[in-house]
Amino acid sequence: MPINYYIFLAIILFCIGVTGVLTRRNAIIIFMCIELMLNSVNLLLVAFSKMHHARALAAGAANTTAGIEAQLFVFFIMVVAAAEVAVGLAIIVMMYRNTHSVDINFLNRLKN
Amino acid sequence: MNLIIISALSGVVMMFSGLFVKNNRTISYIATALIIFLSLATMCELGAKSWFNIPQAEAMLRTSVYGKLIGVILTIATTFYFVLSGKDIERVGKHVADYYALMFFVLAGAGILLSFQNLLMLFLGVEILTIPLFILTGAQKQNLKSNEASLKYFLMGAFSTGIMLMGIVLIYGAMGSFDLSVIGKKAQFATPIHGANLMGLLLLLASMAFKVSAAPFHFWTPDVYDGAPTVFTSFMATIVKVAAVVAFIRLFEGSMEPFHTSKWQILVSILIACTLLVGNITAVFQQSVKRMLAYSSISQAGYMLFAVFAFNAFGKEGITIYGLSYSLATIGIFSVLSKMQDITFDGFNGLARQYPGIAFALTVFVLSLAGIPLTGGFLGKFYMISAGAASNSSYTWLFILAILCAAVSVYYYFRIIQAMYFKERVSDTPVFEVPVSKAFPILLIVVAALIILIGINPQILLQYLYF
Repeated sequence: MPINYYIFLAIILFCIGVTGVLTRRNAIIIFMCIELMLNSVNLLLVAFSKMHHARALAAGAANTTAGIEAQLFVFFIMVVAAAEVAVGLAIIVMMYRNTHSVDINFLNRLKN
Repeated sequence: MNLIIISALSGVVMMFSGLFVKNNRTISYIATALIIFLSLATMCELGAKSWFNIPQAEAMLRTSVYGKLIGVILTIATTFYFVLSGKDIERVGKHVADYYALMFFVLAGAGILLSFQNLLMLFLGVEILTIPLFILTGAQKQNLKSNEASLKYFLMGAFSTGIMLMGIVLIYGAMGSFDLSVIGKKAQFATPIHGANLMGLLLLLASMAFKVSAAPFHFWTPDVYDGAPTVFTSFMATIVKVAAVVAFIRLFEGSMEPFHTSKWQILVSILIACTLLVGNITAVFQQSVKRMLAYSSISQAGYMLFAVFAFNAFGKEGITIYGLSYSLATIGIFSVLSKMQDITFDGFNGLARQYPGIAFALTVFVLSLAGIPLTGGFLGKFYMISAGAASNSSYTWLFILAILCAAVSVYYYFRIIQAMYFKERVSDTPVFEVPVSKAFPILLIVVAALIILIGINPQILLQYLYF
């Protein structure tokens, strides 16, 4: 399959994530949209990894490791995203305990 | 390398000391001892090799003299921060050791950002830098403002990380490598610039502008800085910001050769102009000193971005001076502010009569932030603007704007001096929530003397750049 399909799919997913972050008002759903952005990046990384690998093979390298670093990057993104979830959900729970809501429209105490 | 490894280990030590040590004062002493050791370790690295020789890591982390010097500056600023604000950190909440541990982890992230050679390390550094900050911002768990600030910071920070990752991946797709030097080499031969590469660079630029809170990506900054506990705002506005600016420079310096055309300077000059205007003009209207300092930190970031505009030796020297004098001055003002009852300008009324030493030191800090000669802040601004002029002198409007904005900033900074020296205290409430120790004004004056010393003789700092 051409690489274009993967790129379009990843970019569409990414744009859905961005739109969700900008339009939704529920902290958990915003959070899910951010995760969607990160995962579209993961998908694109794997696709590019395969692409660079195939390109290196076509260029004549017999046993190439080209493209392997992108797959490693995916694991790093997963680990960091998990750490972020741990902190983020804790913050949302802390917020919920105090306001009994996860609606970010409540976040207006700091405006002048 | 010393900075990264020792600060991460210090963070672990602090976490365990939270288990075994019950006395908060002792915990502060342990943290101060560790940070002094850390600054000595980074200084040792400056002239010689690192204590940890890991040649395999060269592809990921490559420390330059410049990065090492900034590391020294960050640790020295943190040392002063711990010494000046240790008692305020103890008052934030119950988990004092954890706050210190998180700050050491932030320093480890800063160390990675000063020396990354691979976009993977950029990503990890940014995350190690920001995730502890989300927690520190929300450290006052019962305080709704603190909750709100930390949720906002978290959502915005994670969002900008997503944008940064998309930028990194698009660059990888176009170039086939995450290594900055490989990307730089390949980009030299790829003219016109590859579409995916260009898109990736723009996304990276946006997310880095977000991290250093440059306008138009600054909107989270005032709320987060205002809502966070005042001691931690001090840390975020100084050490973290300088590290982020240095990472910004490092990212675009070597690798983005084709982008160094006039187009790049147009983009960055717009970014700088917006940042300076928004930061300075909004700061004029603030009543709370804390919020005013939040906006002023936006405008100071605008000056630091001149190094990203120029990419020359002047800019690097400028960041060195600017980073140290700005960090010390802001840490000093915040260390006083976090002890005060009333954090509006009125809270400073009549401070000079009761505490002449503190008022004098605050005056020096404020003069330095406003960029008055003989202080480090003046030389910082001077180097930044001359860096811009040396790289491209056709941007006269930008340099004039920067100087005019410095003039505007005099207004809101001098309101503090005016309140301290020329206004009488009407209410009977004491200035400070807690009694200040006798050593505190002396320490503040030492910091002020250091700022003046940099302003008179910057060579004591800059000579290390040319070892």
